[in-house]
Amino acid sequence: VSPEPGSPQVAAALKAGRVTPTELCQRCLALIRSTGFLNAYITVAEETALKQAEESEERYRRGQTLGVLDGIPVSVKDNFSTAGIETTCASSMLKGYISPYNATVVQKLLDQGAVLLGKTNLDEFAMGSGSTDGVFGPVRNPWSYSRQYKEKSVSKSHSEDEESNWVITGGSSGGSAAAVSSFTCFAALGSDTGGSTRNPAAHCGVVGLKPTYGLISRHGLIPLVNSMDVPGILTRCVDDAAVMLGSLAGHDPKDSTTVQDNFGPFELPDLTDVSKLSIGIPKEYNAPGLSSEILALWSKAADLFKNAGAKVIEVSLPHTRYSIVCYHVLCTAEVASNMARFDGLEYGHRSDMNESTESMYAATRREGFNDVVRGRILSGNYFLLKQNYENYFVKAQKVRRLIFNDFVKVFRGGVDILLTPTTLSDAVPYMEFIKEDNRTRSAQDDILTQAANMAGLPAINVPTALSERGLPIGLQFIGRSFQEKQLLTVAKWFEKQVKFPMIELEAVKRLDDGVFQHQKSAFS
Amino acid sequence: SPPAQLLDRLERLALVDFRDAEGVERLQEAIRFAEQLQEVNTDGVEPMDSVLEDRCLYLREDDVTEGNCAKELLKNAREKVEEYFVAPPGNIPLPKLDEQETVLRGS
Repeated sequence: VSPEPGSPQVAAALKAGRVTPTELCQRCLALIRSTGFLNAYITVAEETALKQAEESEERYRRGQTLGVLDGIPVSVKDNFSTAGIETTCASSMLKGYISPYNATVVQKLLDQGAVLLGKTNLDEFAMGSGSTDGVFGPVRNPWSYSRQYKEKSVSKSHSEDEESNWVITGGSSGGSAAAVSSFTCFAALGSDTGGSTRNPAAHCGVVGLKPTYGLISRHGLIPLVNSMDVPGILTRCVDDAAVMLGSLAGHDPKDSTTVQDNFGPFELPDLTDVSKLSIGIPKEYNAPGLSSEILALWSKAADLFKNAGAKVIEVSLPHTRYSIVCYHVLCTAEVASNMARFDGLEYGHRSDMNESTESMYAATRREGFNDVVRGRILSGNYFLLKQNYENYFVKAQKVRRLIFNDFVKVFRGGVDILLTPTTLSDAVPYMEFIKEDNRTRSAQDDILTQAANMAGLPAINVPTALSERGLPIGLQFIGRSFQEKQLLTVAKWFEKQVKFPMIELEAVKRLDDGVFQHQKSAFS
Repeated sequence: SPPAQLLDRLERLALVDFRDAEGVERLQEAIRFAEQLQEVNTDGVEPMDSVLEDRCLYLREDDVTEGNCAKELLKNAREKVEEYFVAPPGNIPLPKLDEQETVLRGS
């Protein structure tokens, strides 16, 4: 039984029996196979996924589904612990590591009947902005193979170009973004510490939500920066992000940094009147290196709100340009601490070196970590030396407060939502990206996304338009703490106005019979 | 360039090595980059540990809710004996800078 083109959303289709969970699962698995060249997945959990799909099907038969996520195929970034399924963080340090427990967010998805297809690729230990520095190789942006991109590239030989012209996904949650973008799953989990969910979302043309710090549990998310990490949500539309958020948010006794406020899942209203909204345009986000194309799009978006009756005003976040330096110090310091647990003794890679405990530790870490990780550990330890602690670490913490206060001031001044670009440009070709080293790239690419992590605020990337090269450009909305409902409502209104085009991928077309191509929301 | 003594100390603290000149250069770049922080006036500004600083950290009841999973936890270790993780002999300091190359060459 296959749905016709233009049929309603997947969840409704499942409910009505137009497609079964196992059919859906099998189709996603087939698509994962045929899009293997994207390298979006590190592990595909075929057997367990099919089993979960069968159990879901049984529940649908008995009319006892667990909720709106029942039977929905999802993917999870490979820095979330998944019981029984390898969790590698794209590092040699954790190759073969099988976690004995599920991260809370993974458990929540499974408890609601979601089907876990597999673990997605990333930069090693989520350090990077390209998803190019993992031990399993780089992730390719599905848009590299889209009709929209191909027809814009001046080509000599067709096959030669596909091999050398493919563009990056952005990072570090590139695998998750590529997975959602190429229709292999309906939603994916990423993580966001400096923009790692929003950046690849922008480059891959999907919705990327960074929730408020403290809203979603980090238990089981292998930590990078404890004071900034959050699980991120990647979906094809804003409504789906709201559903995922509703399923994942809330206090977790296993993560003491989750707030105890009551959180209730919500449905997003269809906003028609934006006249009561105040949109802030932070002038510092017109950062050096911002492409004229994105600047123009950002301006057009501001006009869109203005013409619809919203109040659109220029605001200032004066410490924006220090956010990256601040992040650089705080991140490397916390990384130096968080990576100390990898010593080969209890889990993960262990060197054969057996002379002494310390030399075993040193050799294990030498063998297990890539240059990027090792570089950050060393820098972090430098900034934490007694002689440097005040001038670097504590100084950065003070600058963090200034950045945080910038936002407080602007929101207190009556602004509801900030509108900014998400990235400086559309996705660059891999060959160009690797010319600069990881730290330089991260410093450049995180500039527009990082401050939201510094201040713990919710932020979302909404795919807005295609660039001259036929690649996605997204814009970012930043909201007040814990005001995800307002943030997503505005994002949804904007999404409806811009009508971002669907990716036209050969691999998807071949498999399509309406389930994928004409899906907007998976859940409603 | 940071003195060799400092580099050695960092390698011991981090238990990670610079590997080559590029690694040291990378550290120098990182330090240079961080210098920009000094441009910001932070007089009278308190350091911020967490964005949730105005909330009380959650403390749960001191009740045992899980555990008894030694077997599960030992599964991931390479060297173990009964319910012990086995480490090579301790209290042996890392070799001095000039001896290190020989020791780590094996890995």
